[in-house]
Amino acid sequence: MTSPLEQKIRITGPSVVTANRTWDGTVVYRTATKGWSTDLADAAVVRAVPEARALLAEAVADDLGAVGAYIAPVEIGESGKIAPGNLRERIRASGVTIDLLPVPA
Amino acid sequence: MYAYDEIDRTLIDERVSEFRDQVKRRLSGELTEDEFKMLRLQNGVYLQLHAYMFRVAIPYGTLSSKQLRRLAHVARRYDRGYGHFTTRQNIQFNWIKLADLPDALADLAEVGIHSMQTSGNNTRNVTSDQWAGVAPGEVEDPRIWSEILRQYTTLHPEFSFLPRKFKFAITASEHDRAAIKIHDIGLRLHKNEQGETGFEVLVGGGLGRTPLIAKTIRPFVHGRDLLSYVEAIMRVYNQYGRRDNIYKARIKILVHELGIEKFAEEVEEEWQHIRNSDLKLEAATIEDIRSRFTYPTYAKLPHMPDELRKAAHDPLFERWRKNSVSPHKVQGYSIVTISLKPVGGPPGDATAEQMDALADLADKYSFGEIRVGHEQNLALPHVAKHDLPALWKALDKIGLATPNVNLVSDIIACPGLDYCSLANARSIPIAQELTRRFANHDTADLIGRLHINISGCINACGHHHVGHIGILGVEKNGEEFYQITIGGRADEKAELGTLIGPSVPYNEVADVIEDVVEAYLALRATPDELFIDTVKRLGVEPFRERVYATR
Amino acid sequence: MPLVRGGNISQDDFVQLADDAPLPEKGAVLVSAARFLADPQVLLQRSDRLGVIWPNNRDLDDLVPHLERIAVVALVFPTFRDGRAYSQARLLRERYAFRGELRATGQVLRDQFVFMLRAGFDAFDVKKQTDAEAFGQTVKRYSVFYQPTGDGRLAAPFRRLQLRHSESASL
Ligand code: HEM
Ligand code: SF4
Repeated sequence: MTSPLEQKIRITGPSVVTANRTWDGTVVYRTATKGWSTDLADAAVVRAVPEARALLAEAVADDLGAVGAYIAPVEIGESGKIAPGNLRERIRASGVTIDLLPVPA
Repeated sequence: MYAYDEIDRTLIDERVSEFRDQVKRRLSGELTEDEFKMLRLQNGVYLQLHAYMFRVAIPYGTLSSKQLRRLAHVARRYDRGYGHFTTRQNIQFNWIKLADLPDALADLAEVGIHSMQTSGNNTRNVTSDQWAGVAPGEVEDPRIWSEILRQYTTLHPEFSFLPRKFKFAITASEHDRAAIKIHDIGLRLHKNEQGETGFEVLVGGGLGRTPLIAKTIRPFVHGRDLLSYVEAIMRVYNQYGRRDNIYKARIKILVHELGIEKFAEEVEEEWQHIRNSDLKLEAATIEDIRSRFTYPTYAKLPHMPDELRKAAHDPLFERWRKNSVSPHKVQGYSIVTISLKPVGGPPGDATAEQMDALADLADKYSFGEIRVGHEQNLALPHVAKHDLPALWKALDKIGLATPNVNLVSDIIACPGLDYCSLANARSIPIAQELTRRFANHDTADLIGRLHINISGCINACGHHHVGHIGILGVEKNGEEFYQITIGGRADEKAELGTLIGPSVPYNEVADVIEDVVEAYLALRATPDELFIDTVKRLGVEPFRERVYATR
Repeated sequence: MPLVRGGNISQDDFVQLADDAPLPEKGAVLVSAARFLADPQVLLQRSDRLGVIWPNNRDLDDLVPHLERIAVVALVFPTFRDGRAYSQARLLRERYAFRGELRATGQVLRDQFVFMLRAGFDAFDVKKQTDAEAFGQTVKRYSVFYQPTGDGRLAAPFRRLQLRHSESASL
């Protein structure tokens, strides 16, 4: 595996850094205050490669907080709301797209 | 059923405490993710889109009711109340927390279940025929040998860091229900002229990016030499298998690059050195393992009990019986396959409630035993025929009597983009839509045996290459597209499917599959000609013409 | 990197020589396979002990004829995920009856100690101090083993047969 930092970074628009929280695997986003949040609204948004690289580097370094960090596209709505930029990220943000078998509450 | 002895119990307990220590070191920062990843994988823990995923082994697909209840407990206590049965006799939990895993493993260890080597570059769960020990005409119970192999491969000091994953499958029946030809090592149990048990050994099968059907490396390896022969194969692979590129690291590539003859020579040379080592299985050792398998004490029962005769008047019962009940080697008993493919449901999923209820039914009707097959269905292997009507009613109540086994809606599907971090496209919703399209049982019956397999990417976890119809998710400009193949099969006549045309977008997949099936209905020579035989007879072209004519 | 030998952290009495470093008059040296094969005699003739670092992608054939006169064979784990040296170790011990020190080098981590011991290693160039200190504890993690290897531990099949014999003897 090449480390995510060695891979070529290509971004086409606003992006965030996302990962899974180490102790429980929950989807998290890197914040501007060097932390992680489960809410995409808190994510630090980057728009250029150097910024993205820096955000990713600090995220990867925090291996104890979250794992598998990578850069993911987002869309910024008119109100400034951050939304996932592709299907994969939509599924990560809002869960599976399928009907599960009914599980009694 | 195999009953663990003190040695087996000690080993899995020691494994649990080792992993508990490893998780603790990970969560304290003593281990980096890079160091920990392989350790967690070797305990069946992946990181998926939403969470960690936990894969538990069900060696050769045999479970006791007590074990199934414990799986239900894990689903309920540590996960979201359901589990997913896979094509390799594993069950996966999708939402587990790393911090909870040691406890979950300890709960499972109490009933003799583990997750060792369900992932990672080591020998994986040894799979076998889900009807082992009960199928009529079977040469002998392959699970004895599966268990011998399970033990031999577990924490193997030489082969725990192979170039890539390594999978065994064993069958002892003429009809191969274990898909041995698409495994790294496939073993077909048979007897030589002296009546001694041995194996045809196949090597180098696999799907993924480079699908290859396994080749026979030796037509007969005596049972007592099984481990030394296998060790010779693995040693050659460990040393010469490619490690520079994970897509070329499976043994199939080594066999393919060297050629089967050359590879066989290398193995033969190595084998001659170790054939008479401590790996030679003494009769007493084999007996020892055999003696820890228990079999039910079957009653002497009539072939056609009154209960069955009476129930035959109920067309719904008859439909289920014809579809899901298979002959047993003992008169008066049957094997009942339980479809985990309800209309609109995710293939292979079962809720904790279903697992518990099924465990109770197994106690009542199947000597407390359950089987797991590679088609992502379950089975009750020893049901007295006179109990069939009552069992059917009980299964129906818990949503487990869908009479679609081996029919078009009995779809094998991988988790795809809903769960899997490697996916290009979703698999489960495609399967769900197809089960809705083919929900009418009369239509499905008319179509007959037809296997649809779906994978969300080229890793081929859903075995799309060997589906009669295979559906593979690919990505085109950020959109989900699907390639469709026909004519594959996974059994003793294993073959890879052929692409029928350009890939189609998500919304059109179900239409295309309907068209393929309609084309088959129009093209088949007689109503008994199966889909797969029609494709064999006519090739892909007539299908392509009909399906793509209007597209 | 701490060296664990005989279960304890101990002084490494071997000096690792670069390929172009002059050969010292005295003292145990550890050399690369390339240096060794370039002129085995010059190294073997010395009165002090010799160790050879053997890469994991090279057959043992060129090493085998010299084994009796080599004190240490160091096998390499470029990463702990690359398991080729386990096969080399077993071959050296079990097939070629190498009785000298078999040393694991490279990314040698705690969680592989048991595998390494079972494959025949008896010295460990451990990557982390904490792992080296935990050696004694870690190798006690497992008390049962399914496979026979050349390490002398009684594997499960044989242990079971013994148990059976003693059970039937005590009846
Ligand atoms: C969700 C997490 C999963 C991941 C990350 C995953 C990953 C992979 C990968 C990378 C391969 C290709 C290996 C290679 O060719 O070298 C593979 C193969 C395979 N997977 Fe999965 N898999 C997952 C789930 C499943 C499930 C749910 C099933 C069963 C339904 C499954 C069954 C298989 C099988 C049978 C193969 C073998 C195909 C072959 O021999 O090449 N996997 N998996
Ligand atoms: S086939 Fe691909 S998408 Fe499906 S489970 Fe395997 S790796 Fe994931």
